[in-house]
Amino acid sequence: MALEVEIERQLPGFALRVAFTAGQKPVGILGASGAGKTMMLRAIAGLYTPARGRIALDGRTLFDAAKGVNLPSRSRQVGLLFQHHALFPHMTVEANIAFGLRKLDAGERARRISQQIAAMRLTGLDQRYPSQLSGGQQQRVALARALAPQPGALLLDEPFSALDTHLRSQLERQLHETLAGYRGVTLVVSHNLEEIYRLCEELVVLDQGSVIACGSREEIFRWPPSRQVALLTGCKNFSRAQPRDAHGLEAFDWGCTLRLAREIPRASAYVAIRAHHVRIAPVQASEQTPDGNTFPCWVAAVSEAPFHVTLYLRLHAPPAGPSDYHLQVEITQDQWAQLKSQPFPWFAQLDPERLFSLPD
Amino acid sequence: MHLDLSPLWISLKTTFAATALVLVLGVAAASWRTGRQSRWWEVFDGVLLLPLVLPPTVVGFFLLVLLGRNGPLGSLLWRIGASLVFSWPATVIAATVVTFPLMYLTACGALDQIDAGMLEAARTLGASELEVFLGIALPLAWPGILAGTVLSFARSLGEFGATLMLAGNIHGRTETIPVAIFFDMESGDTGAALAWASIVLVISLAVLLAMGAWTRYQRAYLVRDFARTKRSPRGA
Repeated sequence: MALEVEIERQLPGFALRVAFTAGQKPVGILGASGAGKTMMLRAIAGLYTPARGRIALDGRTLFDAAKGVNLPSRSRQVGLLFQHHALFPHMTVEANIAFGLRKLDAGERARRISQQIAAMRLTGLDQRYPSQLSGGQQQRVALARALAPQPGALLLDEPFSALDTHLRSQLERQLHETLAGYRGVTLVVSHNLEEIYRLCEELVVLDQGSVIACGSREEIFRWPPSRQVALLTGCKNFSRAQPRDAHGLEAFDWGCTLRLAREIPRASAYVAIRAHHVRIAPVQASEQTPDGNTFPCWVAAVSEAPFHVTLYLRLHAPPAGPSDYHLQVEITQDQWAQLKSQPFPWFAQLDPERLFSLPD
Repeated sequence: MHLDLSPLWISLKTTFAATALVLVLGVAAASWRTGRQSRWWEVFDGVLLLPLVLPPTVVGFFLLVLLGRNGPLGSLLWRIGASLVFSWPATVIAATVVTFPLMYLTACGALDQIDAGMLEAARTLGASELEVFLGIALPLAWPGILAGTVLSFARSLGEFGATLMLAGNIHGRTETIPVAIFFDMESGDTGAALAWASIVLVISLAVLLAMGAWTRYQRAYLVRDFARTKRSPRGA
């Protein structure tokens, strides 16, 4: 099972120019709004025609501009799950699922329908109309409908965006289960980093219509190849930097020199660390001193969520105001409860294992 | 008072024929038009919608020029031995041309409202363009198209100016109710005119009521109504 995509098209504002290959493992597509993610899915599904390039699924050419091949959507065997389910409102759940099975004989059709209804936990709802279902049920019907014809590729465009948090996580688990048993190519577009990380082992990062990173999720999250990728994977803290030696660099925006565990490439221009990876202690632990990377800090602003707290920290000196900060740090509510009564300065440790350098 | 019912039959025949014709032509034109956007299509729309804004007598005049014996189409027909002017088909043509814009406009509106995602979903599920149209677009646009059909029916039933210009007033052949009313009034037969006017009123009211009932039935599936879950299943 493999999907090969290599397409180009000029869009208003930027050029869509993507090339990647997806196999059996689900691939997550990350990118800011308007990076061309949806456009790419639509091109694969045959709902949008690229100007140049080639799309092939399991060796079957779906699109080849040079050879003039452009299979219509109906012949591509590519399932697409839309943000807003796009169920047919005038058909029952059963008829919706059956829609893609018209060419099968009655027995096989009935078998596939009941199989999907059982797998998506829709038993007893088969004679209902979409308007009589909850949002989660609607999206499950849409998933059942897309999977019933056993497409060679399944494209999920923000599959949970119309759902509330509780339904989201329920449907996510269901989707995880479903994808584990699905023997085709899966592409998932989502804005939610955690969702996409949990669902997809491979990632493709898009920016302005181009692939700026692709590979395993661990690799991309641990060592983003560029600042844009780091941003899109949720990294919050960046500083302009210049390498001093193989493991040391000077961070200009943070006003300090840092040691990195990993060898620093000569071309590095930035250093970064994720908000979860900054450690904070109320006093300077003596055993941390030889390590370096530990700096006195003051809180410029605090933003509390139910279970975690975001601190905005100023290094080296007290802040002039709430927007005068160097680092954004995530800690748990428990840590916050212990920290907040302690006198300043606190100490921020930038773990050499967790710091990474970036070329641009 | 003796009332010759021939205008009623002619009116009904003409109205049903014109409505059927305009339903097919209007929906076909609208479905062909949806999804195409450019200045040129606006000009195209303008030409199609002209009969809506022109006085019916002007529409009738142009039809007469076009279909008359010396007109570009009329002379062709004349050569094969046919003539449309002042015949029953002329009443249908006049009514069709005058009501076409109503059907076209409402059908365009109804088709434009359909979520494009649904049509795309149908395509990715293996449906041909014809299947997408018949299975998804048409049923979803149906309430709007039905409203257009009823408007067309009513407009057709009341068509006077273009009909008189193109089909004339030949009793028993082209005389429709509106034309009959005019000539009854002109000849001082107020009673006959009142009778015809009442008949038109009854037919129009009946059509409106029937449309209301049908629309309620059609829209039932769009309403969240768990009490109705046991409704008879539709074929898979």
